[in-house]
Amino acid sequence: NLFEQFHRLANVYFVFIALLNFVPAVNAFQPELALAPVLFILAVTAIKDLWEDYSRYRSDQEINHMECLVYSRNEKKYISRYWKEVKVGDFVQLRCNEIIPADILLLSSSDPDGLCHIETANLDGETNLKQRQVVRRFLELDSEFDPLKFTSVIECEKPNNDLSRFRGYIIHKSGKKDGLFKENLLLRGCTIRNTEEVAGIVIYAGHETKALLNNNGPRYKRSKLERQMNADVLWCVLILLVMCLFSAIGHGLWVWQYGEKKKPIFDVPGPDGKYLSPVLASVYLFLTVIIVFQVLIPISLYVSIEIVKICQVYFIHQDKDLYDEETDSQLQCRALNITEDLGQVQFIFSDKTGTLTENKMVFRRCTVSGIEYSHDDNGELMATFLSNTCTSGKLNIKVIHRSQSTKTHRRTGSRAEAKRASILSKHTAFSSPMEKDITPDPRLLEKVNECAKHLEVMRSHEQPLSHLSPELCDVFDFFVALTICNTVVVTAPNQPRQKVNRFELKSPVKTIEDFIRRFTPSRLTSGSNSSSSSSLATSKSMHRFGLSMLSSTSTDSTLLKLEENSQQGRTAGAGAPEEGELRYEAESPDEAALVYAARAYNCSLVGRLSDQVSVELPHLGTLSFEVLHTLGFDSVRKRMSVVVRHPLTDEINVYTKGADSVVMDLLLPCSSDDPRGKHQKKIRSKTQNYLNLYAVDGLRTLCIAKRVLSKEEYGCWLKTHLEAESSIENREELLFQSALRIEKNLHLLGATGIEDRLQDGVPETIANLRKAGLQIWVLTGDKQETAVNIAYACKLLDHDEEIITLNAESPVNGATGNMTVGFTPLYPPSSSVLSSLGLVIDGRTLAYALEPALEDKFLALAKRCRSVLCCRSTPLQKSMVVKLVRDKLKAMTLAIGDGANDVSMIQVADVGVGISGQEGMQAVMASDFAIPRFRHLEKLLLVHGHWCYSRLANMVLYFFYKNAMFVALLFWYQFYCGFSGSSMIDQWYLIFFNLFFSSLPQLITGVLDKDVPAEVLIAVPQLYKSGQNMEEYQPHMFWMNMIDAMYQSLVCFFIPYFTYYDSEVDIFSWGTPITTIALFTIILHLAIETKTWHILFLAGTLKNIILFFFVALVYNASCPVCHPPSNPYWTMERLMGDPMFYFTCIISPVVALLPRYCVFSHIFSCM
Amino acid sequence: MENKTSFLPREGEAQPSRCPDNSAFKQQRLPAWKPQLTIASVLSCFFLTGAFCLTVGVCLVLSANSVREIQIDYSDKCSDCSKLRENSSNWNKECHCSVNFTLKEDILGDVFMYYGLENFYQNHRRYVMSRSDAQLLGRNVNIQRSKCAPFSTYRNGTPMAPCGAIANSMFNDTIDLFYNRNSSVIQVPLLKTGNSWWTDKNVKFRNPESYNLSSAFAGTARPPYWQKPVYLLDEEDERNNGYVNDDFIVWMRVSAFATFRNLYRRVRRVRHFTQGLPAGNYTFRIAYNFPVTRFKGRKHVILSTVVWSGGRNPFLGIAYLVSGTAATLTGFVITGIHLKLRKKKTYFQKQ
Repeated sequence: NLFEQFHRLANVYFVFIALLNFVPAVNAFQPELALAPVLFILAVTAIKDLWEDYSRYRSDQEINHMECLVYSRNEKKYISRYWKEVKVGDFVQLRCNEIIPADILLLSSSDPDGLCHIETANLDGETNLKQRQVVRRFLELDSEFDPLKFTSVIECEKPNNDLSRFRGYIIHKSGKKDGLFKENLLLRGCTIRNTEEVAGIVIYAGHETKALLNNNGPRYKRSKLERQMNADVLWCVLILLVMCLFSAIGHGLWVWQYGEKKKPIFDVPGPDGKYLSPVLASVYLFLTVIIVFQVLIPISLYVSIEIVKICQVYFIHQDKDLYDEETDSQLQCRALNITEDLGQVQFIFSDKTGTLTENKMVFRRCTVSGIEYSHDDNGELMATFLSNTCTSGKLNIKVIHRSQSTKTHRRTGSRAEAKRASILSKHTAFSSPMEKDITPDPRLLEKVNECAKHLEVMRSHEQPLSHLSPELCDVFDFFVALTICNTVVVTAPNQPRQKVNRFELKSPVKTIEDFIRRFTPSRLTSGSNSSSSSSLATSKSMHRFGLSMLSSTSTDSTLLKLEENSQQGRTAGAGAPEEGELRYEAESPDEAALVYAARAYNCSLVGRLSDQVSVELPHLGTLSFEVLHTLGFDSVRKRMSVVVRHPLTDEINVYTKGADSVVMDLLLPCSSDDPRGKHQKKIRSKTQNYLNLYAVDGLRTLCIAKRVLSKEEYGCWLKTHLEAESSIENREELLFQSALRIEKNLHLLGATGIEDRLQDGVPETIANLRKAGLQIWVLTGDKQETAVNIAYACKLLDHDEEIITLNAESPVNGATGNMTVGFTPLYPPSSSVLSSLGLVIDGRTLAYALEPALEDKFLALAKRCRSVLCCRSTPLQKSMVVKLVRDKLKAMTLAIGDGANDVSMIQVADVGVGISGQEGMQAVMASDFAIPRFRHLEKLLLVHGHWCYSRLANMVLYFFYKNAMFVALLFWYQFYCGFSGSSMIDQWYLIFFNLFFSSLPQLITGVLDKDVPAEVLIAVPQLYKSGQNMEEYQPHMFWMNMIDAMYQSLVCFFIPYFTYYDSEVDIFSWGTPITTIALFTIILHLAIETKTWHILFLAGTLKNIILFFFVALVYNASCPVCHPPSNPYWTMERLMGDPMFYFTCIISPVVALLPRYCVFSHIFSCM
Repeated sequence: MENKTSFLPREGEAQPSRCPDNSAFKQQRLPAWKPQLTIASVLSCFFLTGAFCLTVGVCLVLSANSVREIQIDYSDKCSDCSKLRENSSNWNKECHCSVNFTLKEDILGDVFMYYGLENFYQNHRRYVMSRSDAQLLGRNVNIQRSKCAPFSTYRNGTPMAPCGAIANSMFNDTIDLFYNRNSSVIQVPLLKTGNSWWTDKNVKFRNPESYNLSSAFAGTARPPYWQKPVYLLDEEDERNNGYVNDDFIVWMRVSAFATFRNLYRRVRRVRHFTQGLPAGNYTFRIAYNFPVTRFKGRKHVILSTVVWSGGRNPFLGIAYLVSGTAATLTGFVITGIHLKLRKKKTYFQKQ
């Protein structure tokens, strides 16, 4: 990476200069001394690295010395070994809650189905459980797995870093081959859950494990400011060369004027007694003055910047306002060196789901076979949740009423219980109060009941299912689909899952009893009851509502719960699993929301194994669906399906759940002539209508469809599918094809609308960011209507805004041409109506807009718009849009997102921000900064970004100024010493000036200066524009600083010069005052530049001045022979007894700083 | 590496809240003083600076003006001598010259006698380095390894004492001052010692230890441009001979500029000269040894008194006066602008 390289380049330069010092003909300083700064810099870097390495080493040690059970062939049993001794081919046995030491192929599991659940939180942050499967053939072994009998050969691909892929095959002794997939692999770093004991063979160990291959350290990015700075460093190099050249030529002329013969006695010949020719002398001198002037290239700049950035990152980390209590997470800076880019962002590209919204899904509405069920109560409930304490108080009152009917003496001492409950529910993934708590729509509930009753009757009378009216049938199927068409894992809190437990689940009698007990009309009230009980789940986050409120809530609800439990215990008996304690862990929050919704209709998922799903249905008890296949969700198909055998009809059903656009296209084409077809068509159009309505309400829509397969069809498909599954090469591709084959001719059941609530403070944040001059683009994969609605909700679009919608009608013919036409007429109005324009573009159109021919026009249009909304865009398109803006508009871009689909966008943008929220850690891993909430972006950008930028810009400018000013002093002296490269400043001061005497205050300023207080920055977002326009660091400012440096150095040089002109002053008693003056000037300059003076700054300044005098006094008193050639023995001591020293030291900085102070006070008085 | 650490088991231990401390330091809320520039503070700043500078400037100028100084350029006064010295082969030929001058009024107080050189680049880089401090401290060191080359040893290996270009080029004119009083010529008594820094004389410069000086310097030779060896620099005063000779020490302190002066003698305030130098005719008798024509240089002899602020150079005082005036003027200008603006403001407010 470039930064590192430049960094190294700088080091190489300094080492080169230090080595140049060893050449006798050109050396300027004592060579050993000249090495000191380079060594110091390298030492600082080395110490930093050492510390990092050490902490890494320690954690390595800790990890390496963790123990696990490895099978030993000699002792024929599992023995305990250190992790570091685990080798490829070892057999490892793992217990529940152990961390997996290597990538292991699962060969046996205590689970009767050969399953193993793992938690991958360490890898991707997802807290849900994932299932892993024993390799197929080993599953069939009934006996205990014995490593000694393992004779198969495993072939697999080379170690790679793809976590979601593993391919290989195992060849058994019999010569049969079995494919190995990622379902068989336990990844290092994951934790075994819910499974008592597993065993497997190590496939990849140590650094070859996928977890470690994925683990690349923090990324290096070079910030814009740094790029600018590097350009100015090059300018400095140029100035340096000019200065050196000037000196060299001057020296040549100076030597030449004395002629060949009349050498003056002060021109010392070389050691061989011969004089140098003018040309040679000037060449040598050129090299000498490079050494003398080397400080012009700020040696400590890079190190200082790194230190400052680390400190800045530390302070950003420490900001209380960026801490989210709910998730107990704070901001993480993953990239250390682009803090100041935060202050220069011009475009924000935001994902919608999970970024603007909570990504906590609430089931809001559904439509089944063309009839809409609005679930109004649910909405109200939502409203009460959202609104304020007042309503939550109301809720409590309700609860209190109820609890008063129960025995009141139980109230005391139940707070501990409540706390435990809250902790418990905190562990569950995606279980916000609103998700779990769904009030069923009475009409639909009735229908479900009716349907179930019918079904029960039918089953008991052995009637075929088809007697059911199609509508009821659809309702039934709809809920079955909601329940089973997912990958939700059911967990009971008592881990690990017991075999007994499952057995009981299977027995229908008990559960039916249980079910009947539960299925009482009081469901509605119990809904609100559970809502209050779950409110205590988040009670931790709600403690701002007041402690008293909290305690009342929790006590009451726990009471209720306790009572309920006891009731359950009485009716259902001890063995029955308690419904309330079942937890659903889903890969995506949509799924969880749907499952919880189905549960509200009493279709609850009670168990999921790899090959069967148990569903509890009203009147019917637990039904076990045999799952034949699960075709997982992917972003191309945008749907998932399960193939199940229906337990009642024994038919093979395919349930598909997916985005409405795709599912609608896959429906069975219905002929319009027969009445049934007509009916279907009507349903479809109705559903489509409702879908559009949902979208307008900003709901996420999903379509549920089903297909009944005949045995023959299934058999036919199965063959190809199995082939696809067992193939090793492009398995994914084949599976995809196979999925496409079965997901067609679907029968529409219904659709759901899920609400994704906006995060707190999103509209305000967006409004503020926009005031700050940031353009916000939302790139989402959602459909247009949903996206537009969310955009309205979060004030991204305004109702009085003119909205341009770009939709390509046909994907094939002449769309490009249409687009050109579509673009051009838009210009006149947009230029006349300057007020506000919003652009909405969908993915298909975006594809055309991103074509090279059109991208300029697209950009020109987009630039005029206040906000741009791209819907239905793929991850690739997202990154292309970001890239386009970044490259074409040369703008600073920030991408923010939370999901895997935002990763590419985050990586492309100059600043990538990940939301450490719901959808796993991929986005966070790819990001430079991770924030818990979208609203934190405001403070991050407006305050920290602004500060970091202005601090760093000022510091860099100051650095250049300081070094230029100091070097110029030496340069002016060359005019008075025959350009001989001598310096009046003692080499010790010269070399350590930057490092010790003038470094601390500027670091403190760079870390802690605040040009504007945080409150003002938030209140007046317009201040952010200074960063966008790069006002703090512009080329002319560099030159202004250079000119100021020249002026100051002239003053600091010539006042002492004229003061001591034609006097008996010696070179170093003249140079020491100059050093002192320069130090004072530089420090006072910083004091003027620093906006806020606080105690640390003053302390740093004082420390430096005291340090300088202390060092000077000690150094000048230390030893009369050392430090040749200057040998400044007693110089400082003598100077300090001379009043002239003080008078010079007072007047020079004053005169030097007068112009800057005038300008500074002028600016202030103008304000 | 971050991942690695997170692999560590976290079971059992209660996760402490990661909420940052609410300390002023961590939240960047340290008490800070933001310089608030009001018109009063700016103006008072300017006026105070101006007043201070003016006061100091006046003091400095007055004290510099009280200094009496007389400077005589004698480089061409004895033209034959300067011609003679142009040719280095005549180094051992003596050449004397006399320079007459008249003091119109008494110079009262301590009178210092300087020699001044123009265009002599004592600050040349290689020249500055060409010395051996260890040798001057009387240590027996191998000067081959010092920076003295090529003025370290002769071809036959005899080391030079003292070595180096600085020592070699030492100013070797001798200047005597005579007071012509009523046709009788009185030599003005001059002090040879006490002209150098105390630390130089007592710490930095030491003769090699031996029973006498000539034996201490046995085995060494004088530098090529010198007329006599180092132990004969002052034969009258043992404590002013060898390396600790004041003239030598003063010369070894290389000057900052090409035009400089070095303290040579002080007038001893006895008899006629207790008050300083009385007005009258004087004569400098100079043994002209130091060649300056080769580098187009000039030689001066300077008589001057000294005050607390140094010599007669009035620059610093003038600088103070000028900057004081500038600050005061700026203050007035700002006041003017401010008043005008305020008038305008009130004018607008009235409307």
